[in-house]
Amino acid sequence: MSSQASRSLLELSALYGTSGEKPQSPSVEALRRLRKNRTAVAGLFIIVLFLLMALFAPYLAPHNPLEQSLYAKLKPPVWQPGGSWAHVLGTDDFGRDLLSRLIYGARISMVVGVVSVSIALFFGTLAGSVAGFYGGLLDNAIMRFMDLLLAFPSILLAIVIVAFLGPSLQNAMIAIGVVSIPRYARLVRGSVLEEYAKDYVQAARALGASDGRLIFLHILPNCLAPLIVQTTLGFASAILEAAALSFLGLGAQPPTPEWGAMLANGRALILRAWWAVTFPGLMILFSVLGFNLMGDGLRDALDPRLRE
Amino acid sequence: MLSFIVRRLLTLIPTVFGISVLVFFMIHLVPGDPAEMMLGERASKQALEELREQLGLDKPLHVQYGRFITRLLRGDLGRALRTNEKITAEIAQRFPATVELALAAMVFAVTLGMLAGVISATRQYSAFDYSSMVLSLVGVSMPIFWLGLILMIIFSLHLGWLPLSGRLSYDVHIHTVTGLHLIDGILTVNGKGFRDALWHIIMPAFTLSTIPMAIIARITRSSMLEVLRQDYIRTAKAKGLPPRLVHYKHALKNALIPIVTVIGLQFGILLGGAILTETIFAWPGIGLWLLNAVYARDFNAVQGGTMLIATTFVTINMIVDVLYAWINPRIKVS
Repeated sequence: MSSQASRSLLELSALYGTSGEKPQSPSVEALRRLRKNRTAVAGLFIIVLFLLMALFAPYLAPHNPLEQSLYAKLKPPVWQPGGSWAHVLGTDDFGRDLLSRLIYGARISMVVGVVSVSIALFFGTLAGSVAGFYGGLLDNAIMRFMDLLLAFPSILLAIVIVAFLGPSLQNAMIAIGVVSIPRYARLVRGSVLEEYAKDYVQAARALGASDGRLIFLHILPNCLAPLIVQTTLGFASAILEAAALSFLGLGAQPPTPEWGAMLANGRALILRAWWAVTFPGLMILFSVLGFNLMGDGLRDALDPRLRE
Repeated sequence: MLSFIVRRLLTLIPTVFGISVLVFFMIHLVPGDPAEMMLGERASKQALEELREQLGLDKPLHVQYGRFITRLLRGDLGRALRTNEKITAEIAQRFPATVELALAAMVFAVTLGMLAGVISATRQYSAFDYSSMVLSLVGVSMPIFWLGLILMIIFSLHLGWLPLSGRLSYDVHIHTVTGLHLIDGILTVNGKGFRDALWHIIMPAFTLSTIPMAIIARITRSSMLEVLRQDYIRTAKAKGLPPRLVHYKHALKNALIPIVTVIGLQFGILLGGAILTETIFAWPGIGLWLLNAVYARDFNAVQGGTMLIATTFVTINMIVDVLYAWINPRIKVS
């Protein structure tokens, strides 16, 4: 309580310029806090790096990621005896250039993130706002179903959904999206309940605003902060889970240059080619780390109440 | 307390019922004919018919579900396609391996995680604090199947310290009492067996423990920091009590409640992570079994295994809730 009081005092002084500064809008204020947050900046830096890699893969990759070569099988990285600049990070057992495959892998992981997070975000927000806004039986039915989805360890549920739908990258993205719907639904429902009680919503309702208008134009924009945080963290878990599914052979299928699938292939080469195991894992680690750092930083900047 | 336990137990019933409905309907996600998917394109018409009948796919939905649930209540999950063994028997045989792995991982996660969290909190902003917090972020971002492979390369292939995979060496036997090799090794005074089982479990358990460890370290740190700021800690320090005593006895005890909750929540992550860990280390548990059922398109077995893991998961959550109420009696009121 005391920390909340002192923070609102600080915010007041920022708004009314007791320190001689111009008053700032909340979003400008959040942006300023975000810039000062080293975790967030580090995360953003990593994310931008991977985005650029994904966007410019055809220009960055020295080779075609699918091109095989009998003469260049299992070449080690350049700094090891037998390595060459032709294949900086070495090649796999089909003679495919590892670096090129890793770069193209960024495309797949970013797409996986966007698609599965979009699925979860769309259905989760819809379910959560409907449940929070209308309450009653509908709320109960929706939220009990969400609880049910949470009764499974998420990776297990994803595996099982893919098992029945059939293994493919597309189904893996669907499964990961579906599995994370409850997280968004719960979050949105809570925020909607909180906002709904506020005067501005009642005022808008009194002016005759429709339910849809109330939800989408009045309530949801005010629930954005935790949703942005959850979405960022959602990218991290989507990339990780998709890699896990592909590693198990249930996601991207060979020869797709997906990091998890590459790891699965590297696993068979573990005795002969450490690089085929090490580098795909590092790519997964850093991309996931980027989104986690960014999410943590955003949480601190956007909504200090959400801190652990 | 008893009424709380009973009430909490009763909430399990609708949950498990819901799980059974969800698991039942999963077979209808299969595009096309599940029987044909299971037996392959070249299966004879007769075999397909038989399987369809065995799965009950030729009957209306409510009849199918009725069959499913009555068999479930009788503890009959049908037979596995590959081995023609009873699914319940196959699961029962492999379940202890997963339990042992999860418990061993929990031991790693709780001891190392809490230790790191307490040290970080008592030395806030020190080099240790920064590095352990960075490590904990790396820990939750790391694909554990990759970590497992890297550990294998280092500790088995290069250093030769630990066995590559499996649960026991082929020439070592442990008499089964509980099914947990480490405990059975002690109970039957089998030093060689115990050692062998211990060497085998270290790498997989550590691999599985990393995510919960990171989460436990973070929550311990923040919970400890909150407690350390309170007046009675200052009083204890002012009295001249040694800092170690204040930190571990006075502070940690009161910081424990959120930590225990988080530890309880980690069991789900462990059950999920076990699927990946068991695959990498060829650990003969329920996760590996389930995955092999997935590969064999044995939908019956997948349903059975899923049903069992999810039920275990919600049961563990219930036990955690009860323990939580026992540690913190205030919770029961709400």
